[in-house]
Order: sequence, then structure tokens, then C-alpha cells
Amino acid sequence: MTRHPSRVPRRKDPDDPVVCRCEEVTVSQVVRAIREGHDTLEELKRHLRAGMGPCQGRTCLPLLARILARETGRPLPEVMEEVSIRPPLVPTPLELWRGG
Amino acid sequence: MKRRADVVIIGAGVTGAALAYELARRGIRDVVVLERRFPCSGATGRCGGGIRQQFTTPHNIRLAMESVERYGTLSEELGVDIEFIQGGYLILAETEGEREAQRKAVALQNDLGLPSRLLTPRDAKRILPLLDETTIVSATYCPTDGHANPFRVVEGYLARARERGAVLEKFTEVVDLEVKGGRIVKVRTSRGDVSPGTVVNAAGAWSGEIARMAGVKLPNRPVRHEIAITEPVEPFMEVMVISIHNGIYFSQTAEGQIIGGIGNPGERPGHDTSSSLGFLRRYARELTRYVPALGQLAVLRQWAGLYDVTPDAQPILGPTPGLENFVQANGFSGHGFMIAPAVARHLADYIEKGVLSENLARLSLERFERELHGEAFVVG
Repeated sequence: MTRHPSRVPRRKDPDDPVVCRCEEVTVSQVVRAIREGHDTLEELKRHLRAGMGPCQGRTCLPLLARILARETGRPLPEVMEEVSIRPPLVPTPLELWRGG
Repeated sequence: MKRRADVVIIGAGVTGAALAYELARRGIRDVVVLERRFPCSGATGRCGGGIRQQFTTPHNIRLAMESVERYGTLSEELGVDIEFIQGGYLILAETEGEREAQRKAVALQNDLGLPSRLLTPRDAKRILPLLDETTIVSATYCPTDGHANPFRVVEGYLARARERGAVLEKFTEVVDLEVKGGRIVKVRTSRGDVSPGTVVNAAGAWSGEIARMAGVKLPNRPVRHEIAITEPVEPFMEVMVISIHNGIYFSQTAEGQIIGGIGNPGERPGHDTSSSLGFLRRYARELTRYVPALGQLAVLRQWAGLYDVTPDAQPILGPTPGLENFVQANGFSGHGFMIAPAVARHLADYIEKGVLSENLARLSLERFERELHGEAFVVG
């Protein structure tokens, strides 16, 4: 089975950096989604898929949380509290789970 | 928050969202959707996204057929790509008894006009070349079944409903229902009270709690179902696969990930949505037994949602005896996403014109006082 070919990178815009590298979500997309009403981390994640890629949000969730806190004026710890961390903590091949 | 509304819908899962849209389309715009957390935070946003018509009761088959027709044009209608992939459902059987059940189910389905058919293991392998066909004795296949992205469906329904006047109140928990003279006169929430025309209980696994606030007893029980998703790979299967032998289901999303789960017959009723290692092991074992090549794929995450299960695994729809403005839209037993477009239509007709379709009449709360003929295939 072939791995998914890496997606075609979108044109780089120095004024609109990528927040989630796995799903290629940029700052302006995040800000727009928050203004449309997706104003919790869980909702942002579901709407933009940010944090749902192979890194499982390790890189992007703290960045998303900062943007969200800035946009909504809510304290960062409160924003961070809303997100659930789901197992396994590291992507693991299915065949390793089926044994024994 | 609004002080009164023609219709108050409790729950912003697919059922509540679809109903808000269907009502708005009919000109009933004074609708408030109350959601304890956020849209899709319950079972809808946790489900596998399957859309199946191969059921074993006439009502489930008819509602599913009507929904598939609707799902086919929903992206266009809602202006949102719902990622509907109509690649069919392949249902696996491993014993002679299961093959016989499949033969009977196909006969009933064909009678109702569904193009499902019974397959040999070799035919099944033609549909899914990576299947180890030695694991099965038969399969059924319906080419018009499929799967879609539940988040996009709910987003689309709610966006179009809100454009027409419906209001979504998220992070708003219903704490009590005040009954007077055979009606619900007030819906009390964590953020204020609403006086309702009609109240719709679309609260999924929490429907029992909501009904109890109005003194109504539902026979529903919440049951945890676990699910997992892998890294994305190049598209290789459009078909969604389930097994009536062990309750496994899996499909490939538009993004290329394999999403699937497996029921646990020993699961005890309750609102627990934690993830277990036992599930992952059982799922990995059964999945790779049917399709060994999938063992190479890495699991990215696992989670759980709650089935809202009734004694006959069919939903509870329509009026509530003794309370003239309380409408039930729950008890979907793991199949709510599949039939929501049709259910919303029937319920909107009932709320708008008082028309009780045959399906609604058969699936009323009152039926639990009569003899039950249950759905046999309770899988994703």
C-alpha cells in the first residue's frame, strides 16, 4: 500500500504563516473560523482539522490557543483547558496492537 | 437569549441540526437550538459517518432509502461539501446462520426496492481486493450505501438554518422542563428560560434525562462505542465494510484515513466515554484478520461516543402521550446520522402540519406498550 503523496504545498504567503503543518492551516484561516463562531479549541479542531494530523496537535495546539486567547480576550489557561488529548500518544501501526 | 420560541430543539447533533433546517425551509424560523456543549460534540461528531440502507426492519430500510436520496444532493443544497462517497456497503458474514439472516434481509430489502444482493466470498473480493475472502462465508452489498463527513453535514444544516432565522445557543444546558396542564410551558437552561411552542428532545444519549425532567420515562440506554482513525493513505476503498459476526465497521474517509470501530457485547450502559486498550486490541485483531494489509497503518487516535439504544434498536419519533407539545427525536441506536435527513423531514411535517407519517406512527413512544420487532443489524 502506498503512503499518501505529500500534498502540493500552497503558495507561500509571508504575511499568513502556517499554524498546523500536518493539515496546512494558516493564521488567517484560524482567525476567520474564530470570527465565524468556532471559538473554542475543540470547535476549531473539528472545523479546520488543525491538530488532527500525524503530530496530533503537538505543534499547532499551543499556537491555536494563543490566537484564540488573543481573538476572544480569554485567558490562555482557560482556552487550553478545553481540549482533550486522545490516545495513543504516538502513531502506532495497527499490527503492533493485535498481538497476544 | 430569546424569551420564547415556536420550536425549541434540545441537542445540536445531526438530528437537531437537520430538523432546524427543515423547519426553517418550511417557513418556521422562530427556532432555538439548545446545545449543552457545541454542535457535534455528542454522538454525531464521534460516529463513523456510515450511511447504510441494508437494515432488517421495513421502517429502518424506508427511512434510510429516503435519506440516501437526500444525501445525494445535500452538498449542492447546503452549499457545503459533505464528502459523500457513495461506494456501497459490504456486509460480511462468517457462519451459516448469518448467511441465512443475510438471505432473508436481502429478500425484504429487494421487496422494498433496495438494490442489495447476496455475494459469494469471491464476489466480495472483487469489491474489496485486499479482503481475505477465506474469513467469510458470504457477504451482501448495496451499491447506493455510502459514507459522509458528519461535521460538514451539521455545519451545513446549521449555517443554512441560521441564515433563515434559527438561533443556536451553545454551551447552554437544559436544567429543567416546567409542565403545566399537559404542556411544557418553560425550558429552563443554565443561561436563562425559554417559553416554547413545541419542544423537541434530540439530546441523544441524554434524551432519557431530558424526558425525565418532564416526567416522561424513555426506555433508552446510553452505551459506549469506541472508534479509531489511522494516518491517511492513497484512496483504495470506496466501499464501507461491516461484519454482522463481530460488529466491526470501517471505511476510508475523503482525506484517506481508515476510520472504524467494533462493538463490545459486554459494554454496560452508562455515560462513560473513555478510551480503552482492550478496544484497540480487539479492533486491530479483527480488522487485520479481514484485511491484513491494514496492519501497516498507524493509528493516530481513538475516542468513544454513546449509542442511544432502545429495546428494539429503532428510534423514538414524534408525539409524547400526555404532553401535547413534547416531540421525541432520539433512540437512534447508532444509526442517527444515516437517517437524519429523512427523520427531519417527517418531524418537520408533523410540527408544521400535525401530519403523522406512517413511519412516525410506527416509531412512536407508545409502541413499547405493544409487541416489538427489533432491528437485527446494529452496526455502524
